[in-house]
Amino acid sequence: MNDIRTIALITGVLALLTAVTGVGQFLKRHPDRGLDPAAVRTFNLRIRGWWVLCTVLAAAFWLGTTATVVLFGLVSFWALREFITLTPTRKGDHRALFWVFFAFTPLHYLLVGLNRYDIFSVFLPVYATLFVLARVAFAGDYKRFLERTAKIQAGLVVCVYCLSFAPALLQIPIEGAAGGGRSANFRLLFFLILLVQFADCMQYVWSRMLGRRLVAAHVSSNRTWEGLLGSATSTALLAAALWWAAPPFQPWQAALAGLVVATMGFAGGMTMSAIKRDRGVKDYGTLVVGHGGVLDRIDSICFAAPVFYHITLLVTGARL
Amino acid sequence: MLSPADLTEHVASKVPLESASGQKAGRSAFCRAAGLSLAALARLLAGASVRWIASQPDTCQRIYFANHTSHLDALVIWASLPQPVREVTRPVAAKDYWSRGIVRRWLAQEVFDAILIDRTAIKVHQSPVDLMLREAGTTHSLIVFPEGSRSVTGEVDEFKSGLYYLAKKRPDIELIPVHIDNLNRVLPRGEFLPVPMLSCISFGPPLWLERGEAKLDFLARARRAVLSLKE
Repeated sequence: MNDIRTIALITGVLALLTAVTGVGQFLKRHPDRGLDPAAVRTFNLRIRGWWVLCTVLAAAFWLGTTATVVLFGLVSFWALREFITLTPTRKGDHRALFWVFFAFTPLHYLLVGLNRYDIFSVFLPVYATLFVLARVAFAGDYKRFLERTAKIQAGLVVCVYCLSFAPALLQIPIEGAAGGGRSANFRLLFFLILLVQFADCMQYVWSRMLGRRLVAAHVSSNRTWEGLLGSATSTALLAAALWWAAPPFQPWQAALAGLVVATMGFAGGMTMSAIKRDRGVKDYGTLVVGHGGVLDRIDSICFAAPVFYHITLLVTGARL
Repeated sequence: MLSPADLTEHVASKVPLESASGQKAGRSAFCRAAGLSLAALARLLAGASVRWIASQPDTCQRIYFANHTSHLDALVIWASLPQPVREVTRPVAAKDYWSRGIVRRWLAQEVFDAILIDRTAIKVHQSPVDLMLREAGTTHSLIVFPEGSRSVTGEVDEFKSGLYYLAKKRPDIELIPVHIDNLNRVLPRGEFLPVPMLSCISFGPPLWLERGEAKLDFLARARRAVLSLKE
């Protein structure tokens, strides 16, 4: 029963990816369709990014829970370095940053791996924050103190704390008619990533087709209210249609999760746009060609992961 | 027919070549492995993205000159070069820093094959420029920091005259400007633990000393070449 769902999900995703790859290649070979060649190129690069994403995720799933937690830990680490690189810091922040990178981030993921929800849910927002405040004060540079510590804290919360709720999904005990077990947890994580990616695309498509009212013209020139509404609706529909793949959900619960995930993902994109606009850059890094930085790719999932995690907790009624 | 001048030039170029290759073979496999892993570690830690702007990596004899912001500079430039180029490239570094402690001395001597300059004893008859050129021979490339010491402000300071004399004494060597961005945040002055920020190493097109170019003009032009890579 369980394996049928997993196989169905994998087959569906592979079929979809192959189909969009075909469409992308067709558009590339036929530039006379009146489509913007730059948009086609972006589309194809995005598809390539999805293949990479799926391959990496498949490898991590195959290697097990620990490998997946480590993988997300590395992604967090890389995203945090992009975040801090583009944020002006002063010399007085150096020692605090050292501990943030080499102690707090790995320790937090260790706690996630050990499934210590009671500790990891406060470790970064409380203990790391207090440490950063005190360490910067001890360093003796009080210039723009709150601003500097807030930057480090924002980086930690978005890049590390929030993202870690995605692999934490693997630890939620799932039982019931839909079938439990490890593969169910992996499907749940994949469900979240799929919804986030889908919501991103739908936002783009709806904004392109119907977009009239920009949410905030100075922050993002392509995110519209129509895009948000369209993306939330389409993602809710997709989630409801795929409810069988995400173990604890009834169709209406899955739809609600899709709605929330799409909205949070949109909020994440807006937030990162605001930070990037303030720093005067377009993308965060140059890791995968055409894909901006790691942070550009995970901004939506960072915002969506914690709320999806807690919805799952509510639905399963699991006590950690 | 060989003229005596040809002969001496031939001999002169032959000798350092042999000594250089002898030295390479003498380096143990362990040191080379250490070099490889250190280069990989440096690139990973400094998150260095490497750009060659109107320029290509080459094993021909070159002098890489860069702005100086951190103790990691020489290591990261060295690590950013492709392996065959790295083999023939020797950083020029301050003796007072790199000969302190067993690890640093071992790294400087055995792994980077660095040329150590005693900053406290620069004299006319013991000119560091002569020492660098003698050590470079006709095969090795050098990594130099013409500012002389790490900049405090993060801005690129005025260049010292060493680069001019290097260019004047060896007009055949290509001078490659290198700009190092953000490494001072990875390891600022006075810190010993690095923070893994992302940095960027840009290599620019070669330049040479023009005929009759005045010292200050040349140094200003070289400095501008480094700054222009900043974008």
